[in-house]
Amino acid sequence: MAIQSTVSFEELIEECNDAIATIDFADAQAWKNEGHTQALIGCFPVYTPVELFHAAGALPVGLTGAGNKIEISHADSRFQSFICSIIKSTLELAMIGNLDAFDGFVFHSICDPARNLASVFARTMNTKQVEYIHFPQRIPSYEAVVYLEAEYRRILAWACTLTGRSVTDEDLRRSIALYDAVRSAIGLLYDVRRNEPHKLSTLELYALVRYGHVAPPEKHLRILEHALEYVRARGGTPKDRARVVVVGSFCEQPPMDLIASIEQAGCYVVDDDFLLGRRFFTGGIADTGNPLYDLADAYVHGSVDSSVKHDLGHSKALSLVQRARDHRADAVVVLTAKFCEPALFDYVLYRKALQEAHMPHVFLEFEEKMWLFDKIKTELETFVESLLFS
Amino acid sequence: MHDATYQGRLHYLQKQLMADYYAELTASAEGNGAPAAYLLIGGNPVELLRAFDMLPVYPEVNALQLAVKKNSLGHIQSAEDMGYSTDNCAYVKADIGMYFAGRKTPFATIPEPSLLLCNYVGCNVYLHWFDHLAEYTKKPAFHLDVPFIRTASGRPTREDIDYVMRQLHQLIATCEEITGKRLDEDKLRRAIELSSETGKLWSEIKHLTKHRPAPYDAYFDSVTMMAPLYCLRGTEGGLEFFREARDEYARRAAAGQGPLPREDVRYVIEGPPPWPYLRVFRDMFARWNAVAVASTYSTVGGLWEFGFAHDPDHPLESIAEHLLSWNLTNRNFLQRYDQIERYLDEWNAEALVIHSVKSCRLFSAGQGDMREYFTKRNIPTLLVESDLEDPRYFSEAQMRTRIDAFFESLAHRKLTASASASGDKA
Repeated sequence: MAIQSTVSFEELIEECNDAIATIDFADAQAWKNEGHTQALIGCFPVYTPVELFHAAGALPVGLTGAGNKIEISHADSRFQSFICSIIKSTLELAMIGNLDAFDGFVFHSICDPARNLASVFARTMNTKQVEYIHFPQRIPSYEAVVYLEAEYRRILAWACTLTGRSVTDEDLRRSIALYDAVRSAIGLLYDVRRNEPHKLSTLELYALVRYGHVAPPEKHLRILEHALEYVRARGGTPKDRARVVVVGSFCEQPPMDLIASIEQAGCYVVDDDFLLGRRFFTGGIADTGNPLYDLADAYVHGSVDSSVKHDLGHSKALSLVQRARDHRADAVVVLTAKFCEPALFDYVLYRKALQEAHMPHVFLEFEEKMWLFDKIKTELETFVESLLFS
Repeated sequence: MHDATYQGRLHYLQKQLMADYYAELTASAEGNGAPAAYLLIGGNPVELLRAFDMLPVYPEVNALQLAVKKNSLGHIQSAEDMGYSTDNCAYVKADIGMYFAGRKTPFATIPEPSLLLCNYVGCNVYLHWFDHLAEYTKKPAFHLDVPFIRTASGRPTREDIDYVMRQLHQLIATCEEITGKRLDEDKLRRAIELSSETGKLWSEIKHLTKHRPAPYDAYFDSVTMMAPLYCLRGTEGGLEFFREARDEYARRAAAGQGPLPREDVRYVIEGPPPWPYLRVFRDMFARWNAVAVASTYSTVGGLWEFGFAHDPDHPLESIAEHLLSWNLTNRNFLQRYDQIERYLDEWNAEALVIHSVKSCRLFSAGQGDMREYFTKRNIPTLLVESDLEDPRYFSEAQMRTRIDAFFESLAHRKLTASASASGDKA
């Protein structure tokens, strides 16, 4: 769909919100039925090399659970009460048939529940293809790049079996360039929010980014570019709010009402790690003539901090403090999904570093399925007030 | 009730060997011993450390010892005061709490590490744990990244093997730097030979429980043998222990002696034990004359019973193979189903007990699916929940009720089947 110049920014956001609100993946299915793509591949968080699937003629679709739009009535018999919600809601979607249109699924070595979910998925969706990417943890190192390049070659071959296509280096380069453009446009929107947060709310930004989970990248890019034009032209003056960096929500996503609550509590979110996989690199992907190597090298040497990536020579906690300072943040909000071990482990080191740096922070837990936000909003309001008086 | 002394000399020998091992740790902590290398149980490459005369220290073993000695809760709570969540692995919390309490335990003073070797074999918590230890100790750390088994063949790819081999060479360079010694290839070969022999004996021991009655309990007695298997593998003393164990259990098998006066139920058990309540838990099974003939937990460090042995002619290659393929933790969840099925068939077990522990999601996440899988195959399956380290999650009365109900229904099922078979004959 070409973006009509008559479409307002609000209508643009509404279109994004409508697309991401559904859990039946009707748009993706329609896209496939119209012959635009040969296959739909569901990608579990955090980061997926979506370029491989796009180059193979598939549409990579982000799986981010089902939020508070579903009642878990099957998957809770498979995963225990102490397992995070996204694991169960994603499986529930599969068990009730909402993922029937998908041709394949990919999971990654992000945590132990996600690892076992890949196996349970393979058994549950026994007619579907399930793949698993082991991302290297010997970071940064040359051998990790060599390993990951081979891993990407394996995954690319799998994607090609789903679509029946073969992929050239040129196809890969085109897909990398396209997704690089998407990442770049998202980065520019993040810059706007960081520098002029009154021009772009986090809720709007979130909807724009998440739209890429369900839409083809070509269409996503047009929407992002259009949004960028709008927000740059927006007027208004900043309000007296606390500037905060939000971390800890890189996998399971907080309900949008909760994101809104952060702003309603008197904060400008100037950086976050929502939907981190869609903007995983610190810069563009190099073009050395070997696109798989380039993509692997970007993961190993040019990707952002993440609780599911371990680099012994680099302190994520100190980096968070620096990031908060670079963003002229007044505080850090650690917002982690209930039972998310990677985030909960990182929090301990974050807390230590933030305390040592005298950077105020608050720790909050959420579940994607929560629907009452009064308590968390009150906590945030109290925290913001404490910032004003400190 | 079961005969608590049936292990006889073996039990005494294990205690003695582990006391000697912990004395070595204390000596190291006091500056009179070998440099300590922390590493993890999953597919542990202990032979390489032995070749450098480094003392292996397993934070998991220390944590479980704390729990067995009813000494874990205070450390867990200290860690929670630091910001660790009630939802974080309690092994980690007990270890970190103990570290900041001066590393003193009822069994040893744990030395500061000279090397933090994170053999990342499946468990993602391993990475966080050693990241945190690196932050607190400021000691050299090495991530040995072992790609997870994820292909349909159930085997590592050629690139996986190459990747691990390259890292093993880097690990050797790191050990050389830390110890100031070049790798002694003869010493490595000898450690591998000892491991190879130890592994073969352990495999023999595992297969002995195919006898009826099983000569020992493959869960509650295997855990006694697991400490020497990891802490002493690659040493003469470790090998000698397993010779004794094999001889003792072979003798008992030949004599038709089991760990209990009667063997009414043969079951397979999945998951780590509740260390703070090990004896209580054991008695819950013993009162039903139920004997574990196989356990998945006893394979976290290695899967020797299915054919693996270290190869002295190819030391590094076999260490890589052990890390990648021949341990439970690096295998995928469905491979664990296969492993359990083999146990049920080849070890002639009639039931499956799943002990789901909150701390270890590597083990527990998805065990509801496992229960469904085996129940549909008409295998009576019980799933109970507690924890491996945190005593707050063990509800004795609830656990006992669930276990009693399961074995009671199993007994009823047998009676019904037997009555039905008699009826058919009549």
